[in-house]
Amino acid sequence: MMHPSDQLSVPPDGRPYHDQPQWRNDFPIDWPQDELVARRDFTKFLVLTSFAFVVGQAWIAFENFVRKRRGAPPIRKIADLAAIPIGGAITFAYPDPHDDCILVRTAEQRFVAYSQKCTHLSCAVTPQVEKNCLQCPCHHGFFDLATGTPTAGPPRRPLPRIALQIRDGAIYATGVEVRA
Amino acid sequence: MKRSFSRHQKLTIVNGILAIVGMIVVLQLWLLSATMNAFLGGEESVIIPALVGSVVCLALNAGLLWYIYQMERR
Repeated sequence: MMHPSDQLSVPPDGRPYHDQPQWRNDFPIDWPQDELVARRDFTKFLVLTSFAFVVGQAWIAFENFVRKRRGAPPIRKIADLAAIPIGGAITFAYPDPHDDCILVRTAEQRFVAYSQKCTHLSCAVTPQVEKNCLQCPCHHGFFDLATGTPTAGPPRRPLPRIALQIRDGAIYATGVEVRA
Repeated sequence: MKRSFSRHQKLTIVNGILAIVGMIVVLQLWLLSATMNAFLGGEESVIIPALVGSVVCLALNAGLLWYIYQMERR
C-alpha cells in the first residue's frame, strides 16, 4: 500500500493505489515509485540466481552419488609390453570409451599412465619424455611425468592417475586415482 | 503493530536488503566453485555441507524477498 504522501499522480479512476489492479502498481508512471519497483525486481532476479546455485550444488551431489554407485572400474588390458618402446607412448580409453588416457614407458620396467584430459580445460595432454613432462598445448600447462602433478601454467590439480599392473608380458589398467 | 513506511523509507530498506542478498549470492558462487573444484579433485566430504549451506543462503534470500513484498502491501 502506498503512503498518502507518496502518491504523486492520480490514477484515471481517482481511487487510491491500493484499490488499483496489480499491474498499475507493478508498472508505475512516477519515477520515485519506479525506482522502488526496479530494485525489488532486481532483488527477485538475485534470489532466482541464488536458486540456480542451489540447483548447481544439488547437481554436484547427484553426480557424486552416481560416481560412488559406479564402483571400482574393471581390469582391462592396455597393450603388450613389446608394443611400447622405451620413451614411447600410446593412448587408450579407460574406464569408459570416452575417457581418453595416455600410457608412457619411461624405462625398461617403468610405466606411468594418466587421464589425457588436462585438469584446466580438458585439452589432451601430450608427453615430452626427454623433458620429463606432459604438456597441454592449449594454455601451456605442464605436468610432471613421474607424478602427474602440475608444474607450470594454469592447471591446479594433478592428472588422474591410472593404476597399472604388469603380468604375462602385457600391461593392464586396474583403477583410476582422482587426486586433489 | 505493523508499521507503514513512507516511500523513502521503503527505498532505503530495499537498498539494504538488495546489498545483503547480493553478498549472499556472491558467497554462494564461491561455495559452488569451491565445491566443484573439490568434486573434480575426488574430495567428497564437502559436497553435502556445501549443499546445506547453499540451501540456507537461498532460504535467507527468499525470506528477505518475502519481507519486501510484505512491506509493500502495508
